[in-house]
Amino acid sequence: MRPRVVVFDYGSGNLRSAQRAMERVGADVTVTGDPKTAVAADGLLVPGVGAFEACMKGLRAAQGDRVIGKRLAGGRPVLGICVGMQVLFGRGVEHGVSTEGCAEWPGTVERLHAPVVPHMGWNTVAVPEGSALFSGADPDERYYFVHSYAVRRWELEPTSAHMAAPLVSWTTHGEPFVAAVENGPLWATQFHPEKSGDAGARLLANWTATL
Amino acid sequence: MSLAIRVIPCLDVDAGRVVKGVNFTGLRDAGDPVELARTYDAERADELTFLDVTASSGDRDTTYDVVRRTAEQVFIPLTVGGGVRTPDDVDRLLRAGADKVGVNTAAVARPELISDIAERFGRQVLVLSADVRRVVGGPPTPSGFEVTTHGGRRGTGIDAVEWVTRAAELGAGEILLNSMDADGTKAGFDLDLIRAARAAVDVPLIASGGAGEVGHFAPAINAGADAVLAASVFHFGEFGISDVKSELRAQGHPVR
Repeated sequence: MRPRVVVFDYGSGNLRSAQRAMERVGADVTVTGDPKTAVAADGLLVPGVGAFEACMKGLRAAQGDRVIGKRLAGGRPVLGICVGMQVLFGRGVEHGVSTEGCAEWPGTVERLHAPVVPHMGWNTVAVPEGSALFSGADPDERYYFVHSYAVRRWELEPTSAHMAAPLVSWTTHGEPFVAAVENGPLWATQFHPEKSGDAGARLLANWTATL
Repeated sequence: MSLAIRVIPCLDVDAGRVVKGVNFTGLRDAGDPVELARTYDAERADELTFLDVTASSGDRDTTYDVVRRTAEQVFIPLTVGGGVRTPDDVDRLLRAGADKVGVNTAAVARPELISDIAERFGRQVLVLSADVRRVVGGPPTPSGFEVTTHGGRRGTGIDAVEWVTRAAELGAGEILLNSMDADGTKAGFDLDLIRAARAAVDVPLIASGGAGEVGHFAPAINAGADAVLAASVFHFGEFGISDVKSELRAQGHPVR
């Protein structure tokens, strides 16, 4: 059976690209903003481009924050991409204005300090030992980024010895920032695997294999 | 490791067909933008740009169809420019599957178009394309470069460096800098222009116009470009994307 994946449509992101890239790796894809369908799917992909505040507003209006919460409570996989990753953090700060995120992870999305912003193009990712998302990927492989804001500090500390430590991958553009997270059923990438050619398809296939 | 220099082929598309000949061996249909996009993707182009040169607005639907079919088959970023006049034009292109949209003449006439687009879709979708030439004979501009419109046929008297600075402030996510003097000469990029723009803006800069040999690309990067765009040299097979990347790598620049 092909895993059923919902690409969550809340008015942000290149939905068609995400849909086609997931179909390419064998998923049965539905693009919808219907909360029930999104909760029930084998995997939920949360895309997102543009401003944090606008994305968060759209996500809340579509009950996306609750959909994500419900899925994670039941251990059901969620993959956030680009601003779809950023909104999983505690808050985003744009032009001095702070917006609350889904707060699945503590942390702040802030403007990148680099000579050239947006960070636009193909960059490498430093991946920790044991990553399932990057399983089989060449360590020198590059992925497509386009963003001006990022999470510069990972703030989640394991609260018990029994809790599996989240796997955090990093990229540097001017300064290091979080490029990907694998934390139980919640995975996310700051880059666009759906726009990263065959390298990105491998990662999407790795996620699909967990569904 | 750091961000790779992007090498971007540009295809001129007229009513759904590639114009300016493309001379690849092994293509079933050298006029089909979708097939060419697949070919460039296989050659590890870092992005693709379609410049829609369709004159009649009635034929524009074919452009959306080409974008749609390309986005279904090619999994690298796609920029579409040409004839974009309103945020609704941008919306249609993004819905068809474009990742970024190029805006040129319409923004010169109405700069607020830049902020309108950036506010609605985010600045990362907006590539401000500037057709620039050196001022010769006319009233001078502070930088010595002026913006032209209508494919370089009309001078505006607007200082090119001031214009790209303003465009970046208004919300352009990157600047595509076309040298109309260098375009078609195959004598190399206009390095003075790239340097002047680099000193003025901190958004990514794509250098365009003048590429004639593989040795022309590294100097554009050294002058401050983050990406290089070319059309005919790639289409006519004079050299390939991989040749440009090998040369950039040999000159110490990171490439994919």
